[in-house]
Amino acid sequence: MERSLRGTVAIAGVGETAYYKRGQAPDAEFKLALMAVLAACEDAGISPKQVDGFASFSNDRSDPSRLAAALGIHDLRFANMQWGGGGGGGSGALANAAAAVATGMAECVVVFRALAQGQFGRFGQGPVRNVISGDGAHTVPYGLMSPAQSFAMKVKRFMHEHGVEQSALRALSLASYHHAQNNPRAVMYGRPLTEEKYDDSRWIVEPFHLFDCCLENDGAAAMIVVPAERAQDYPHKPTYLLGAVSGSHYRAGASVHNAPDYATSTFKTCAPRLYDMAEVGPGDVDVLQCYENFTGGVLMSIVEHGFCEPDECNEFLVKENLVAPDGELPTNTSGGNLAECYMHGLGLNIEAVRQIRGESSNQVEDVDISMVVSGPMVTPVSSCIFGTEATL
Amino acid sequence: MSGGTGYLHSGLPKPVPAADGLDAPFWEGVAEGKLKLQRCRACGRWQWGPEWICHNCHSDDLVFEEVPPVGRIYSFERVWHPVHPALKDQGPYIVVLVEFPEHDQARIVGNLLGDPHQDVAIGDEVHAVFEHHQDEDPAFSLVQWQVA
Repeated sequence: MERSLRGTVAIAGVGETAYYKRGQAPDAEFKLALMAVLAACEDAGISPKQVDGFASFSNDRSDPSRLAAALGIHDLRFANMQWGGGGGGGSGALANAAAAVATGMAECVVVFRALAQGQFGRFGQGPVRNVISGDGAHTVPYGLMSPAQSFAMKVKRFMHEHGVEQSALRALSLASYHHAQNNPRAVMYGRPLTEEKYDDSRWIVEPFHLFDCCLENDGAAAMIVVPAERAQDYPHKPTYLLGAVSGSHYRAGASVHNAPDYATSTFKTCAPRLYDMAEVGPGDVDVLQCYENFTGGVLMSIVEHGFCEPDECNEFLVKENLVAPDGELPTNTSGGNLAECYMHGLGLNIEAVRQIRGESSNQVEDVDISMVVSGPMVTPVSSCIFGTEATL
Repeated sequence: MSGGTGYLHSGLPKPVPAADGLDAPFWEGVAEGKLKLQRCRACGRWQWGPEWICHNCHSDDLVFEEVPPVGRIYSFERVWHPVHPALKDQGPYIVVLVEFPEHDQARIVGNLLGDPHQDVAIGDEVHAVFEHHQDEDPAFSLVQWQVA
Protein backbone atom coordinates (compact mmCIF):
# COMPACT_ATOMS: atom_id res chain seq x y z
CA MET A 1 0.00 0.00 0.00
CA GLU A 2 1.35 3.41 -0.92
CA ARG A 3 1.80 5.58 2.14
CA SER A 4 0.86 9.16 1.36
CA LEU A 5 -1.45 11.91 2.51
CA ARG A 6 -2.24 12.80 -1.10
CA GLY A 7 -5.95 13.26 -1.58
CA THR A 8 -6.86 11.64 1.74
CA VAL A 9 -8.25 14.72 3.51
CA ALA A 10 -9.99 17.97 2.69
CA ILE A 11 -10.45 21.34 4.35
CA ALA A 12 -14.13 21.68 5.23
CA GLY A 13 -13.99 25.10 6.85
CA VAL A 14 -11.75 28.00 7.75
CA GLY A 15 -12.21 30.71 10.35
CA GLU A 16 -10.45 33.73 11.78
CA THR A 17 -11.11 36.35 14.38
CA ALA A 18 -10.66 39.95 13.48
CA TYR A 19 -6.93 40.69 13.46
CA TYR A 20 -5.63 43.32 15.86
CA LYS A 21 -2.44 45.17 16.49
CA ARG A 22 -0.75 43.59 19.49
CA GLY A 23 -2.41 44.55 22.74
CA GLN A 24 -5.59 45.74 21.05
CA ALA A 25 -7.66 42.54 21.05
CA PRO A 26 -10.77 43.08 23.19
CA ASP A 27 -10.81 39.39 24.14
CA ALA A 28 -8.60 36.99 26.06
CA GLU A 29 -6.34 34.76 23.99
CA PHE A 30 -8.34 31.63 24.87
CA LYS A 31 -11.57 33.29 23.81
CA LEU A 32 -9.92 34.26 20.53
CA ALA A 33 -9.11 30.56 20.00
CA LEU A 34 -12.73 29.62 20.66
CA MET A 35 -14.04 32.31 18.33
CA ALA A 36 -11.81 31.10 15.50
CA VAL A 37 -12.96 27.50 16.01
CA LEU A 38 -16.61 28.61 16.03
CA ALA A 39 -16.05 30.62 12.85
CA ALA A 40 -14.43 27.65 11.10
CA CYS A 41 -17.30 25.37 12.16
CA GLU A 42 -19.85 27.86 10.90
CA ASP A 43 -17.96 28.06 7.61
CA ALA A 44 -18.10 24.25 7.38
CA GLY A 45 -21.72 24.14 8.43
CA ILE A 46 -21.07 21.77 11.32
CA SER A 47 -21.71 21.81 15.04
CA PRO A 48 -18.57 22.54 17.05
CA LYS A 49 -19.53 19.51 19.14
CA GLN A 50 -18.65 17.32 16.16
CA VAL A 51 -14.99 18.36 16.31
CA ASP A 52 -12.96 15.45 17.67
CA GLY A 53 -9.39 16.66 17.51
CA PHE A 54 -7.03 19.62 17.79
CA ALA A 55 -3.61 20.18 16.28
CA SER A 56 -1.46 23.23 16.86
CA PHE A 57 2.16 24.36 16.96
CA SER A 58 4.67 26.61 18.67
CA ASN A 59 3.49 25.67 22.17
CA ASP A 60 0.08 27.23 21.74
CA ARG A 61 -1.33 28.03 25.16
CA SER A 62 -4.94 27.06 24.37
CA ASP A 63 -5.10 23.56 25.86
CA PRO A 64 -7.11 21.06 23.79
CA SER A 65 -8.92 19.56 26.79
CA ARG A 66 -10.06 22.99 27.90
CA LEU A 67 -11.14 23.78 24.34
CA ALA A 68 -13.09 20.51 24.19
CA ALA A 69 -14.77 21.27 27.51
CA ALA A 70 -15.61 24.84 26.51
CA LEU A 71 -17.07 23.68 23.19
CA GLY A 72 -18.98 20.73 24.66
CA ILE A 73 -17.20 18.28 22.38
CA HIS A 74 -18.62 14.77 22.74
CA ASP A 75 -15.57 12.65 21.99
CA LEU A 76 -12.05 14.12 21.86
CA ARG A 77 -9.87 11.66 19.93
CA PHE A 78 -6.77 13.57 18.93
CA ALA A 79 -4.68 16.26 20.63
CA ASN A 80 -1.39 17.12 19.00
CA MET A 81 1.36 19.70 19.29
CA GLN A 82 3.98 20.12 16.59
CA TRP A 83 7.32 20.79 18.28
CA GLY A 84 9.26 23.89 17.33
CA GLY A 85 8.98 27.39 18.62
CA GLY A 86 7.98 29.39 15.60
CA GLY A 87 5.88 29.61 12.49
CA GLY A 88 7.60 26.55 11.08
CA GLY A 89 4.86 24.39 12.50
CA GLY A 90 1.82 25.70 10.62
CA SER A 91 1.73 23.23 7.78
CA GLY A 92 3.27 20.63 10.11
CA ALA A 93 0.24 20.87 12.40
CA LEU A 94 -1.94 20.44 9.33
CA ALA A 95 0.12 17.41 8.29
CA ASN A 96 -0.37 15.88 11.74
CA ALA A 97 -4.11 16.51 11.65
CA ALA A 98 -4.27 15.03 8.16
CA ALA A 99 -2.35 11.95 9.29
CA ALA A 100 -4.83 11.43 12.12
CA VAL A 101 -7.83 11.76 9.82
CA ALA A 102 -6.28 9.68 7.04
CA THR A 103 -5.58 6.79 9.43
CA GLY A 104 -8.95 6.84 11.15
CA MET A 105 -7.71 8.17 14.47
CA ALA A 106 -10.14 11.10 14.17
CA GLU A 107 -12.83 12.36 11.83
CA CYS A 108 -12.89 16.14 12.23
CA VAL A 109 -9.72 17.83 13.45
CA VAL A 110 -9.26 21.56 14.00
CA VAL A 111 -5.85 23.02 13.19
CA PHE A 112 -5.54 26.31 15.01
CA ARG A 113 -3.26 28.99 16.38
CA ALA A 114 -4.26 31.67 18.88
CA LEU A 115 -1.86 34.40 19.75
CA ALA A 116 -2.21 37.50 21.86
CA GLN A 117 1.25 39.03 22.03
CA GLY A 118 -0.26 41.97 23.87
CA GLN A 119 -1.28 39.66 26.70
CA PHE A 120 1.69 37.32 26.84
CA GLY A 121 4.72 39.24 25.66
CA ARG A 122 6.15 40.26 22.33
CA PHE A 123 8.33 38.04 20.19
CA GLY A 124 10.43 40.99 19.09
CA GLN A 125 11.93 41.87 22.46
CA GLY A 126 15.04 40.56 24.21
CA PRO A 127 15.03 38.96 27.66
CA VAL A 128 15.32 41.36 30.61
CA ARG A 129 17.03 39.54 33.46
CA ASN A 130 20.37 39.49 35.26
CA VAL A 131 21.87 36.26 33.92
CA ILE A 132 21.36 33.90 31.01
CA SER A 133 22.55 30.33 30.47
CA GLY A 134 22.41 27.71 27.75
CA ASP A 135 22.41 28.62 24.06
CA GLY A 136 21.35 32.19 24.84
CA ALA A 137 24.49 32.78 26.91
CA HIS A 138 26.47 32.55 23.68
CA THR A 139 24.44 35.16 21.79
CA VAL A 140 22.37 37.47 24.05
CA PRO A 141 25.32 39.18 25.82
CA TYR A 142 26.52 40.23 22.35
CA GLY A 143 23.19 41.86 21.54
CA LEU A 144 22.00 38.99 19.33
CA MET A 145 18.63 38.14 20.84
CA SER A 146 15.56 38.87 18.70
CA PRO A 147 14.16 36.80 15.83
CA ALA A 148 15.13 39.52 13.36
CA GLN A 149 18.68 39.57 14.67
CA SER A 150 18.94 35.78 14.61
CA PHE A 151 17.70 35.51 11.05
CA ALA A 152 19.51 38.51 9.55
CA MET A 153 22.80 36.66 10.03
CA LYS A 154 21.65 33.86 7.71
CA VAL A 155 20.17 36.18 5.13
CA LYS A 156 23.32 38.31 5.03
CA ARG A 157 25.34 35.20 4.26
CA PHE A 158 22.89 34.06 1.56
CA MET A 159 22.90 37.49 -0.10
CA HIS A 160 26.71 37.48 0.02
CA GLU A 161 26.99 34.01 -1.53
CA HIS A 162 24.56 34.76 -4.36
CA GLY A 163 24.94 38.49 -4.97
CA VAL A 164 21.35 39.21 -3.96
CA GLU A 165 20.47 42.90 -3.80
CA GLN A 166 18.20 44.77 -1.43
CA SER A 167 15.67 45.20 -4.24
CA ALA A 168 14.76 41.51 -4.01
CA LEU A 169 13.72 41.91 -0.37
CA ARG A 170 11.93 45.14 -1.20
CA ALA A 171 9.88 43.45 -3.93
CA LEU A 172 8.58 40.87 -1.46
CA SER A 173 7.51 43.59 0.94
CA LEU A 174 5.90 45.67 -1.83
CA ALA A 175 3.88 42.66 -3.03
CA SER A 176 2.53 41.94 0.45
CA TYR A 177 1.52 45.56 1.06
CA HIS A 178 0.03 45.75 -2.44
CA HIS A 179 -2.22 42.76 -1.71
CA ALA A 180 -3.20 44.08 1.71
CA GLN A 181 -4.74 47.17 0.10
CA ASN A 182 -7.48 44.92 -1.35
CA ASN A 183 -8.00 42.94 1.87
CA PRO A 184 -10.18 44.69 4.46
CA ARG A 185 -9.13 42.10 7.09
CA ALA A 186 -5.51 43.22 6.76
CA VAL A 187 -4.03 45.26 9.58
CA MET A 188 -2.20 47.30 6.91
CA TYR A 189 -5.34 47.85 4.79
CA GLY A 190 -5.31 51.48 3.74
CA ARG A 191 -1.59 51.86 4.37
CA PRO A 192 0.13 51.36 1.01
CA LEU A 193 3.88 51.04 0.61
CA THR A 194 6.03 52.58 -2.10
CA GLU A 195 9.63 51.97 -3.09
CA GLU A 196 10.55 55.35 -1.65
CA LYS A 197 8.81 54.68 1.64
CA TYR A 198 10.59 51.33 1.90
CA ASP A 199 13.99 52.82 1.06
CA ASP A 200 13.50 55.66 3.55
CA SER A 201 12.37 53.40 6.38
CA ARG A 202 14.76 52.81 9.23
CA TRP A 203 16.99 49.78 9.53
CA ILE A 204 15.94 47.27 12.15
CA VAL A 205 18.99 45.15 11.56
CA GLU A 206 20.78 45.11 8.23
CA PRO A 207 19.65 43.77 5.76
CA PHE A 208 16.13 44.28 7.16
CA HIS A 209 14.36 47.60 6.95
CA LEU A 210 11.24 48.14 9.05
CA PHE A 211 9.08 46.92 6.16
CA ASP A 212 11.01 43.66 5.87
CA CYS A 213 9.70 42.64 9.28
CA CYS A 214 6.40 41.03 10.17
CA LEU A 215 3.74 42.55 12.35
CA GLU A 216 3.06 41.63 15.97
CA ASN A 217 -0.62 40.84 16.35
CA ASP A 218 -3.43 39.43 18.42
CA GLY A 219 -5.99 37.05 16.97
CA ALA A 220 -6.70 33.43 16.11
CA ALA A 221 -7.12 31.27 13.03
CA ALA A 222 -8.52 27.77 12.54
CA MET A 223 -9.19 25.25 9.79
CA ILE A 224 -11.13 21.99 9.81
CA VAL A 225 -9.69 18.76 8.40
CA VAL A 226 -12.09 15.99 7.35
CA PRO A 227 -11.84 12.78 5.28
CA ALA A 228 -11.67 13.47 1.54
CA GLU A 229 -14.58 11.20 0.77
CA ARG A 230 -16.86 13.57 2.70
CA ALA A 231 -15.52 16.76 1.12
CA GLN A 232 -18.63 17.21 -1.00
CA ASP A 233 -20.89 17.25 2.10
CA TYR A 234 -19.82 20.78 3.07
CA PRO A 235 -21.04 24.10 1.66
CA HIS A 236 -17.84 25.26 -0.07
CA LYS A 237 -15.95 24.10 -3.12
CA PRO A 238 -13.75 21.29 -1.76
CA THR A 239 -10.10 21.93 -1.03
CA TYR A 240 -8.00 18.76 -0.95
CA LEU A 241 -4.61 18.29 0.63
CA LEU A 242 -2.14 16.99 -1.94
CA GLY A 243 0.90 16.96 0.30
CA ALA A 244 2.24 18.18 3.62
CA VAL A 245 5.70 17.65 5.07
CA SER A 246 7.90 18.92 7.86
CA GLY A 247 11.49 18.49 8.90
CA SER A 248 14.98 19.92 8.73
CA HIS A 249 18.32 19.01 7.20
CA TYR A 250 21.55 17.64 8.68
CA ARG A 251 22.40 19.41 11.94
CA ALA A 252 20.09 22.32 11.12
CA GLY A 253 19.53 22.68 14.85
CA ALA A 254 23.21 22.83 15.83
CA SER A 255 23.26 25.65 18.35
CA VAL A 256 24.98 29.03 18.22
CA HIS A 257 24.53 29.33 14.43
CA ASN A 258 26.49 26.14 13.66
CA ALA A 259 24.30 24.45 11.03
CA PRO A 260 26.83 23.31 8.40
CA ASP A 261 24.48 24.39 5.60
CA TYR A 262 23.75 27.72 7.25
CA ALA A 263 22.35 30.23 4.76
CA THR A 264 19.06 28.47 4.18
CA SER A 265 15.38 28.48 5.06
CA THR A 266 15.82 24.74 5.85
CA PHE A 267 13.59 23.42 3.06
CA LYS A 268 16.24 21.68 0.95
CA THR A 269 15.21 18.24 2.18
CA CYS A 270 11.52 19.05 2.72
CA ALA A 271 10.68 20.53 -0.67
CA PRO A 272 11.51 17.41 -2.73
CA ARG A 273 9.43 15.29 -0.35
CA LEU A 274 6.56 17.73 -0.66
CA TYR A 275 6.56 17.67 -4.45
CA ASP A 276 6.91 13.86 -4.49
CA MET A 277 3.90 13.45 -2.24
CA ALA A 278 1.78 16.00 -4.09
CA GLU A 279 2.90 14.65 -7.48
CA VAL A 280 3.41 18.18 -8.80
CA GLY A 281 6.42 20.41 -9.44
CA PRO A 282 7.09 24.08 -8.82
CA GLY A 283 5.92 24.90 -12.36
CA ASP A 284 2.45 23.60 -11.46
CA VAL A 285 1.96 25.96 -8.51
CA ASP A 286 -0.59 28.65 -9.35
CA VAL A 287 -0.26 30.73 -6.19
CA LEU A 288 2.09 30.75 -3.20
CA GLN A 289 1.74 31.78 0.42
CA CYS A 290 5.24 31.91 1.89
CA TYR A 291 5.88 32.59 5.56
CA GLU A 292 7.63 35.87 6.13
CA ASN A 293 8.62 36.80 9.60
CA PHE A 294 11.24 38.61 7.50
CA THR A 295 11.47 38.98 3.74
CA GLY A 296 14.85 37.26 3.72
CA GLY A 297 13.17 34.01 4.67
CA VAL A 298 10.84 34.20 1.67
CA LEU A 299 13.86 34.82 -0.52
CA MET A 300 15.51 31.56 0.49
CA SER A 301 12.24 29.58 0.71
CA ILE A 302 11.35 30.51 -2.87
CA VAL A 303 14.74 29.31 -4.04
CA GLU A 304 14.58 26.10 -2.04
CA HIS A 305 11.14 25.24 -3.38
CA GLY A 306 12.52 25.51 -6.90
CA PHE A 307 10.83 28.68 -8.13
CA CYS A 308 14.10 30.32 -9.10
CA GLU A 309 17.81 29.62 -8.98
CA PRO A 310 19.79 31.22 -6.16
CA ASP A 311 21.71 33.37 -8.61
CA GLU A 312 18.51 34.59 -10.32
CA CYS A 313 16.90 36.22 -7.29
CA ASN A 314 17.50 39.79 -8.47
CA GLU A 315 15.71 39.14 -11.76
CA PHE A 316 12.90 36.93 -10.46
CA LEU A 317 12.04 38.80 -7.26
CA VAL A 318 10.46 41.90 -8.74
CA LYS A 319 7.02 43.16 -7.77
CA GLU A 320 5.37 42.39 -11.14
CA ASN A 321 6.23 38.70 -10.76
CA LEU A 322 4.79 38.49 -7.26
CA VAL A 323 1.41 40.20 -7.48
CA ALA A 324 -2.01 38.77 -8.28
CA PRO A 325 -3.64 38.15 -10.62
CA ASP A 326 -1.09 38.09 -13.42
CA GLY A 327 2.31 37.71 -11.79
CA GLU A 328 4.56 34.77 -12.60
CA LEU A 329 4.22 33.61 -8.99
CA PRO A 330 1.56 35.55 -7.05
CA THR A 331 2.86 35.46 -3.49
CA ASN A 332 1.27 36.28 -0.14
CA THR A 333 -2.00 37.36 -1.70
CA SER A 334 -3.67 38.29 1.59
CA GLY A 335 -0.82 40.57 2.58
CA GLY A 336 0.63 37.76 4.65
CA ASN A 337 2.51 38.18 7.90
CA LEU A 338 3.93 41.52 6.78
CA ALA A 339 0.68 43.30 6.05
CA GLU A 340 -2.40 41.16 6.83
CA CYS A 341 -1.64 39.71 10.23
CA TYR A 342 1.06 37.74 11.98
CA MET A 343 -0.88 34.70 13.18
CA HIS A 344 2.29 32.64 13.23
CA GLY A 345 1.62 31.91 9.58
CA LEU A 346 -1.63 29.96 9.88
CA GLY A 347 -3.39 32.81 8.10
CA LEU A 348 -1.32 31.82 5.06
CA ASN A 349 -2.89 28.35 5.03
CA ILE A 350 -6.33 29.91 5.18
CA GLU A 351 -5.52 32.24 2.29
CA ALA A 352 -4.31 29.24 0.27
CA VAL A 353 -7.73 27.61 0.79
CA ARG A 354 -9.46 30.83 -0.29
CA GLN A 355 -7.47 30.76 -3.52
CA ILE A 356 -8.73 27.22 -4.25
CA ARG A 357 -12.30 28.29 -3.48
CA GLY A 358 -12.01 31.45 -5.59
CA GLU A 359 -12.68 33.69 -2.59
CA SER A 360 -9.43 35.63 -2.15
CA SER A 361 -9.45 39.41 -2.12
CA ASN A 362 -6.57 39.08 -4.62
CA GLN A 363 -7.86 36.11 -6.53
CA VAL A 364 -5.65 34.41 -9.09
CA GLU A 365 -7.58 32.99 -12.02
CA ASP A 366 -8.21 29.26 -12.33
CA VAL A 367 -6.25 28.14 -9.32
CA ASP A 368 -5.80 24.38 -9.15
CA ILE A 369 -2.60 24.16 -7.09
CA SER A 370 -2.16 26.41 -4.06
CA MET A 371 0.94 26.12 -1.90
CA VAL A 372 1.97 27.21 1.58
CA VAL A 373 5.48 27.45 3.01
CA SER A 374 5.50 27.62 6.80
CA GLY A 375 8.44 29.07 8.61
CA PRO A 376 12.01 29.64 7.62
CA MET A 377 13.50 30.16 11.03
CA VAL A 378 12.83 27.80 13.90
CA THR A 379 13.13 24.15 12.84
CA PRO A 380 11.43 21.87 12.03
CA VAL A 381 9.86 23.80 9.17
CA SER A 382 6.95 22.61 7.04
CA SER A 383 5.08 23.20 3.81
CA CYS A 384 1.93 21.93 2.12
CA ILE A 385 0.06 21.91 -1.19
CA PHE A 386 -3.70 22.11 -1.68
CA GLY A 387 -5.53 21.18 -4.86
CA THR A 388 -8.95 21.27 -6.42
CA GLU A 389 -10.93 18.12 -7.18
CA ALA A 390 -9.49 18.22 -10.70
CA THR A 391 -6.00 17.59 -9.33
CA LEU A 392 -6.85 14.35 -7.55
CA MET B 1 39.50 45.57 29.20
CA SER B 2 38.14 45.40 32.73
CA GLY B 3 36.01 47.25 35.21
CA GLY B 4 32.74 46.71 33.38
CA THR B 5 33.50 48.75 30.29
CA GLY B 6 32.58 46.75 27.26
CA TYR B 7 31.67 47.11 23.63
CA LEU B 8 27.98 47.20 24.52
CA HIS B 9 26.39 49.17 27.31
CA SER B 10 26.07 47.21 30.53
CA GLY B 11 22.73 45.78 31.61
CA LEU B 12 22.29 42.91 29.18
CA PRO B 13 21.86 39.45 30.71
CA LYS B 14 25.22 38.13 31.87
CA PRO B 15 26.35 34.71 30.67
CA VAL B 16 26.61 31.95 33.25
CA PRO B 17 27.41 28.26 32.66
CA ALA B 18 24.42 26.01 31.96
CA ALA B 19 22.95 24.45 35.11
CA ASP B 20 23.83 20.99 33.78
CA GLY B 21 27.46 22.06 33.29
CA LEU B 22 27.54 21.41 29.55
CA ASP B 23 29.38 24.59 28.55
CA ALA B 24 31.13 25.34 31.89
CA PRO B 25 34.66 24.60 30.56
CA PHE B 26 34.10 27.13 27.77
CA TRP B 27 33.27 29.93 30.21
CA GLU B 28 36.11 28.94 32.54
CA GLY B 29 38.44 29.21 29.54
CA VAL B 30 37.12 32.61 28.52
CA ALA B 31 37.66 33.92 32.06
CA GLU B 32 41.33 32.88 31.70
CA GLY B 33 41.63 34.45 28.26
CA LYS B 34 41.52 31.13 26.45
CA LEU B 35 39.18 30.06 23.67
CA LYS B 36 38.22 26.42 24.13
CA LEU B 37 35.91 24.46 21.86
CA GLN B 38 34.63 20.95 22.17
CA ARG B 39 36.49 18.07 20.56
CA CYS B 40 35.85 14.35 20.41
CA ARG B 41 38.76 12.28 21.69
CA ALA B 42 37.53 9.20 19.86
CA CYS B 43 37.35 10.55 16.30
CA GLY B 44 39.05 13.94 16.62
CA ARG B 45 36.06 15.95 15.34
CA TRP B 46 35.42 19.46 16.65
CA GLN B 47 31.86 20.54 17.36
CA TRP B 48 30.02 23.65 18.50
CA GLY B 49 27.70 24.38 20.29
CA PRO B 50 28.66 21.91 22.93
CA GLU B 51 26.75 18.64 23.19
CA TRP B 52 26.94 15.55 25.41
CA ILE B 53 28.05 13.22 22.63
CA CYS B 54 29.94 13.56 19.36
CA HIS B 55 27.58 14.05 16.42
CA ASN B 56 29.99 12.13 14.20
CA CYS B 57 30.89 8.96 16.11
CA HIS B 58 28.55 9.23 19.13
CA SER B 59 31.33 8.87 21.69
CA ASP B 60 30.82 10.71 24.95
CA ASP B 61 34.57 11.12 25.42
CA LEU B 62 34.59 14.84 24.73
CA VAL B 63 37.01 17.50 25.91
CA PHE B 64 37.28 21.27 25.61
CA GLU B 65 40.51 22.04 23.78
CA GLU B 66 42.11 25.43 23.31
CA VAL B 67 42.12 26.80 19.76
CA PRO B 68 44.14 29.73 18.40
CA PRO B 69 42.12 32.92 18.94
CA VAL B 70 41.92 33.64 15.24
CA GLY B 71 38.96 33.12 12.92
CA ARG B 72 37.20 34.37 9.80
CA ILE B 73 34.03 36.42 9.51
CA TYR B 74 31.42 33.96 8.19
CA SER B 75 28.55 36.45 8.43
CA PHE B 76 27.73 39.67 10.24
CA GLU B 77 24.98 42.15 10.92
CA ARG B 78 24.71 45.77 11.93
CA VAL B 79 21.94 46.14 14.50
CA TRP B 80 20.09 49.46 14.64
CA HIS B 81 16.85 48.85 16.51
CA PRO B 82 17.37 48.13 20.21
CA VAL B 83 15.28 45.26 21.57
CA HIS B 84 16.56 45.53 25.14
CA PRO B 85 16.33 48.54 27.49
CA ALA B 86 20.09 48.43 28.12
CA LEU B 87 20.72 49.17 24.45
CA LYS B 88 18.27 52.06 24.19
CA ASP B 89 21.02 54.65 23.72
CA GLN B 90 23.62 52.31 22.26
CA GLY B 91 23.27 53.25 18.62
CA PRO B 92 24.26 50.76 15.94
CA TYR B 93 26.53 47.86 16.78
CA ILE B 94 28.02 44.96 14.85
CA VAL B 95 27.56 41.28 15.59
CA VAL B 96 29.84 38.83 13.80
CA LEU B 97 29.61 35.10 13.27
CA VAL B 98 33.20 33.90 13.37
CA GLU B 99 34.22 30.60 11.78
CA PHE B 100 37.25 28.45 12.54
CA PRO B 101 38.11 26.81 9.21
CA GLU B 102 40.82 24.63 10.77
CA HIS B 103 38.45 23.32 13.41
CA ASP B 104 35.67 21.71 11.35
CA GLN B 105 34.08 25.08 10.62
CA ALA B 106 32.93 25.60 14.21
CA ARG B 107 31.44 29.08 14.64
CA ILE B 108 30.90 31.43 17.56
CA VAL B 109 29.14 34.76 17.94
CA GLY B 110 30.74 38.00 19.14
CA ASN B 111 30.92 41.72 18.46
CA LEU B 112 33.30 43.36 16.00
CA LEU B 113 35.23 45.99 17.93
CA GLY B 114 35.83 49.42 16.50
CA ASP B 115 33.67 51.86 14.58
CA PRO B 116 30.11 50.50 14.41
CA HIS B 117 29.80 52.13 10.98
CA GLN B 118 32.90 50.40 9.58
CA ASP B 119 32.72 48.36 6.40
CA VAL B 120 32.74 44.67 7.19
CA ALA B 121 33.84 41.99 4.74
CA ILE B 122 32.78 38.36 4.99
CA GLY B 123 35.93 36.23 4.90
CA ASP B 124 38.15 38.73 6.71
CA GLU B 125 40.46 37.37 9.40
CA VAL B 126 39.68 38.46 12.95
CA HIS B 127 41.50 38.11 16.26
CA ALA B 128 39.87 37.50 19.61
CA VAL B 129 39.89 40.16 22.31
CA PHE B 130 38.81 38.95 25.75
CA GLU B 131 36.51 41.41 27.45
CA HIS B 132 36.46 40.90 31.21
CA HIS B 133 33.76 42.31 33.46
CA GLN B 134 35.20 41.68 36.92
CA ASP B 135 33.07 44.28 38.70
CA GLU B 136 29.75 42.89 37.56
CA ASP B 137 27.68 40.54 39.69
CA PRO B 138 28.22 37.85 38.68
CA ALA B 139 31.57 38.59 37.03
CA PHE B 140 31.78 37.39 33.45
CA SER B 141 33.96 37.52 30.38
CA LEU B 142 33.12 37.74 26.67
CA VAL B 143 35.04 36.95 23.50
CA GLN B 144 35.10 39.91 21.12
CA TRP B 145 36.77 40.25 17.72
CA GLN B 146 38.96 42.70 15.90
CA VAL B 147 39.91 42.78 12.24
CA ALA B 148 43.48 41.53 11.88
